[in-house]
Amino acid sequence: MSDHSSYDELTTGFSWAIAEKELEYSPGDIINIGWHCSDRICQKGKAGKIALYYEGFGGTEKSYTFNDIRLAGNTIGAFLRNQGITEGDRVCLFMDRIPELYLSFLGILKIGAIVQPLFSAFGDESLFVRLENAGTRAVITQKKHLSKVRKIRSRLPDLELVIIVDNIKPSELEPGEILFSLENTEPVEKLELCPTRAETHSVLHYTSGTTGQPKGVKHVHYSIMSQYLTTKWVLDLRDDDIYWCTADPGWVTGTSYGIIGPWSLGVTQCVLDTGFSAQAWYRFIEKYRITVWYSAPTAIRSLMKAGDDTVREFDLSSLRHLASVGEPLNSEAVIWSGRVFGKLFHDTFWQTETGSIMITNFPGMKIKPGSMGRTFPGITGAVLDPVSYTPIDEPGKAGLIAFRPGWPAMMRTYWRNEEKYREKFVNGWYLSGDRSTIDNEGYYWFIGRDDDVINTGGHLVSPFEVESALLEHPAVGESAVTSKPDEINMEVVKAFITLKPGFTASPDLELEIMNFIRKKLSPLAMPQAVEFVDSLPKTRSGKIMRRVLHAREWGEEIGDISTLEND
Amino acid sequence: MEEDNLNEMKEMILKYVIKEYIDDDDTTITYETPLISSGYVDSFSMVSLLVFLENKFKIKIPPSKATPEAFDSVNNIVALVNQYLNK
Repeated sequence: MSDHSSYDELTTGFSWAIAEKELEYSPGDIINIGWHCSDRICQKGKAGKIALYYEGFGGTEKSYTFNDIRLAGNTIGAFLRNQGITEGDRVCLFMDRIPELYLSFLGILKIGAIVQPLFSAFGDESLFVRLENAGTRAVITQKKHLSKVRKIRSRLPDLELVIIVDNIKPSELEPGEILFSLENTEPVEKLELCPTRAETHSVLHYTSGTTGQPKGVKHVHYSIMSQYLTTKWVLDLRDDDIYWCTADPGWVTGTSYGIIGPWSLGVTQCVLDTGFSAQAWYRFIEKYRITVWYSAPTAIRSLMKAGDDTVREFDLSSLRHLASVGEPLNSEAVIWSGRVFGKLFHDTFWQTETGSIMITNFPGMKIKPGSMGRTFPGITGAVLDPVSYTPIDEPGKAGLIAFRPGWPAMMRTYWRNEEKYREKFVNGWYLSGDRSTIDNEGYYWFIGRDDDVINTGGHLVSPFEVESALLEHPAVGESAVTSKPDEINMEVVKAFITLKPGFTASPDLELEIMNFIRKKLSPLAMPQAVEFVDSLPKTRSGKIMRRVLHAREWGEEIGDISTLEND
Repeated sequence: MEEDNLNEMKEMILKYVIKEYIDDDDTTITYETPLISSGYVDSFSMVSLLVFLENKFKIKIPPSKATPEAFDSVNNIVALVNQYLNK
């Protein structure tokens, strides 16, 4: 058990004022995530403490103290301000997990601009729809990703500036592109901090929905209250911990718990920017003596697949606390981690929209393998009847996971889509879009999504977005996208396709279509299987019935097909 | 397998990897370059590389053998493909 009080004690009389007090914030004060994660920690006497250990491919190593990240944030903020970036502008981070990504995050926030992190494996079309929707004014990227930005730039009138942070020759730059090298720029000791307040916008993450284009989830600086306290209590971070969050900051876990959480606590964190291999991950834990590890079920299952003998090749005795997020963690994985690491992975549940952990296996609380745990103190949760939207009291009965709004990290709206935002609330509940049961001890047991969104490896993929992109391939007549079961990623994308006249189904065409989507959208969205069919199941009004295909893939009951069109 | 055929196979796979997975023209990829552990090819994209190999060489590679280690360089991939050729 950690050094904080028990779950029940913390839940009774809980108030977010606990976080406000610890962060020395009073309502109405200036609050700035960039400042809280660097300057404030330095003021607390930790300027010389390591904030970040970074390791890239090929053994590239760098380390930064809290004073280093304070100065870097200032320097990047000043550079952006000199380029005309101002409060409220959207600045996209389109980079691998290099130090500049983490340092730019602080700098952007310090000048009051909004950070828009995007996964660097996104293809040009995925990048385009997100930059266009956000009206992004600047993109910070690397030379290796520049070609994707250049390809869409002429269609983005709001995009004024593309900043390249690594080695590119000035002669290679095109109009509107500029080189910025942190190493070759004089550090800025003092930066005039933008006087952001609790409700000033901070981070804009994009998430996929079942219909329409991706939605920009808007968060505010006050979110740090949730992220600080959940990191301290759920991830159990202490001052002497060495922490590793394996998520990419292109996704919300990588910012809420890969930047804000640990640094607001002044805790040292590690970043490994290489591809996945079990040996590389274990070696990283051994080398940096990592104590707290926050990872994802897909990675944990891949580690299981690599075998117990691989674990034994390394000294992982530094590990003290393990947690997981992304999709539900199966009980086998929890039990396996207990056997090989001597520690159980603590599953957590939350979303881009919630901004912080909502349901958790709290440290010290009894873990029920396969369960997501109980609501975080101060969070009121329920499963709702899908018809009446009222809480289900009967233990074990399935319903929609919902929360009473009001926690600090709750999204404030969907960017330029207030209507969709309002649709997320019914009877005063925020609807998560996921289904579960609650047992008689208050533990949540995940069932699945309440919509067609595909959760592959912990990342949401919109079937609509993939179907739309498929229709741009010259051979595709119609398409329907659903998921199929997958041992490692829980589910993966599968596409059903009818071909236009003149095209013939073949393995080569299947590969061509897979690669088409991989490059256009992302590797996550790439169908891992393509099935060519003569026709797709439709309603009499012509709407494709994805659920029929989904049921077939998962071996489930098809349900009511009275509206199915007769061929 | 004849050495000429082996070299031809290596060259074909190398060209495909560069064409499909490497965006930056300045990146040098050799037969030995780590592909998965370096992050050039992620675990999701590995599936498309597997389909390419199965189509091109008319083989079937069992999922249990399609590991990140087996795909981590062109040389490793060639060794994997060779196991299933002529079977």
